Amino acid sequence: MTPRRPTAPRPLFLLIPGLIAIAFLVIPMIGLLAEAPWGSFGAILTSQVALEALRISMVTSIAATVIAIFIGTPLAWLLAREILPGTRILRAMVIVPLLLPPVVSGVILLTAFGRRGLVGQWLSSGLGIQLPFTTAGVIVAETFVAMPFLIITMEGAFRSLDGRFEDAASTLGASQWTIFRRITLPMVGPSLVAGAVLCWARALGEFGATITFAGNFPGVTQSMPLAVYQALETDRSTAIALSLVMLTVCVVVLVALRGRYLRPTTS
Amino acid sequence: MRIPRLLAAAVVSVAVTLAGSPLANAAAPAAFIEPSGTITISAASSLTDVLPVIAAAFTKRFPKVTVKFNFAGSSTLVEQLNAGAPVDVLATASELVMAKAVGAGSVTAPIPFAKNTMAIAMPTGNPANISALTDLAKPGVFVAVCDVAVPCGAAARDLFKNTNITVTPVTRELDVRMVLGKVIADEVDAGIVYVTDVKWAGSNITSVTIPGALNVITSYPVATAKATSNPVAAKAFVQYLRYSFSAQGILRAYGFMKP
Repeated sequence: MTPRRPTAPRPLFLLIPGLIAIAFLVIPMIGLLAEAPWGSFGAILTSQVALEALRISMVTSIAATVIAIFIGTPLAWLLAREILPGTRILRAMVIVPLLLPPVVSGVILLTAFGRRGLVGQWLSSGLGIQLPFTTAGVIVAETFVAMPFLIITMEGAFRSLDGRFEDAASTLGASQWTIFRRITLPMVGPSLVAGAVLCWARALGEFGATITFAGNFPGVTQSMPLAVYQALETDRSTAIALSLVMLTVCVVVLVALRGRYLRPTTS
Repeated sequence: MRIPRLLAAAVVSVAVTLAGSPLANAAAPAAFIEPSGTITISAASSLTDVLPVIAAAFTKRFPKVTVKFNFAGSSTLVEQLNAGAPVDVLATASELVMAKAVGAGSVTAPIPFAKNTMAIAMPTGNPANISALTDLAKPGVFVAVCDVAVPCGAAARDLFKNTNITVTPVTRELDVRMVLGKVIADEVDAGIVYVTDVKWAGSNITSVTIPGALNVITSYPVATAKATSNPVAAKAFVQYLRYSFSAQGILRAYGFMKP
């Protein structure tokens, strides 16, 4: 922590709206804490519904992140190096799922992978694979919505990379694979972690695409956000307890990433 | 659906008399106040199509009133209302859920205004050859139902119990229109929905009727919110919905049964 400069100006026209903004963001979280059912918290969190939802959320969000790392990182590199024709259009297409309402993403996924969908009818009749209403369907929905976070983070990292190191390795006879593995990847390591965590957090919070594409069934497709929504129909305190778990997870992730997000960035 | 004004007014005034306590009415007949302003109606998903039509008839009768709608699963509506949502009238698809709003002190004196019953909806072409409830228990049949927290889900559960079958659905949707949507999109082989949904979906689906002895009948209650800022118009709408010939006629046309 560097001490604040004694002469740092603090103009009221920035200070007051800024304080309003922080109150607006923080008060709802305090509200959640205030209404939390602390007495029955343990019982709620160890209930079958909560444990199953937590398991589904963890399995699917981690799987979605791993898939995003393995196919999203190479795409980010291709975009950064502008190797594919029409890179600008491709980049726009990658960002589309970021801007779409998640429920629309769910509809899009149904038209593609539903059992009468473009690819889905072929998957279902040819290979007997059914994605809607399965845990795999939840992973598909989460990957679709969350992977762009990893791709744009990684593309930025690949772009800002100093190409001279790769060039030097190349002139010294290193193969393409060695260069990527030994030079490129280590240099973008911190970005990969940040991108993966962002992607994972988005997958963890996924609701609209999941319920539209994969449905809602406890133990199969009901992730934490779906469980929160359903609990709201019957038992508000359960919904609040589950929400608190999600909030805790987000805070833990932020603290783990403090090096990158809690300090002012210069780049 | 034009109804002579005098007749409609007569129906409403009779209704007001019926609803009020006889003693109070004997003492001093309430002066008629013309309803005006805006009312917001929170209504169950299964009323999505019929209520706007009734509201159009209502605003023809009472032109100074503007009606707004908030459609969702009944339980969500009660949750919203109990949390202080600015709603004037609540119409749910179950008396059990309405009782929660009464218990929380959010509404007063609900009255039933319609009844509904269940049916099996299938995609056109009926891919799994469903012809009776027992077909839903067969392995490999994709069935969508509502979650038991919402009235259509509780009804589906009772339906399976009455038929003595165990059905493992692939999804528990949070309102009946989401079940119908999955059927129309041909993502499931069958869904348990209301007969009114079957009527509304028309040729987009095929359906199987359920024998009366096994079927579940749900009652739709309506009530004014205690915190309403427009009690005159809210009460007028509740009375109109329950007692007017035009509202009840529209309900019948959409497949609802008399309360």
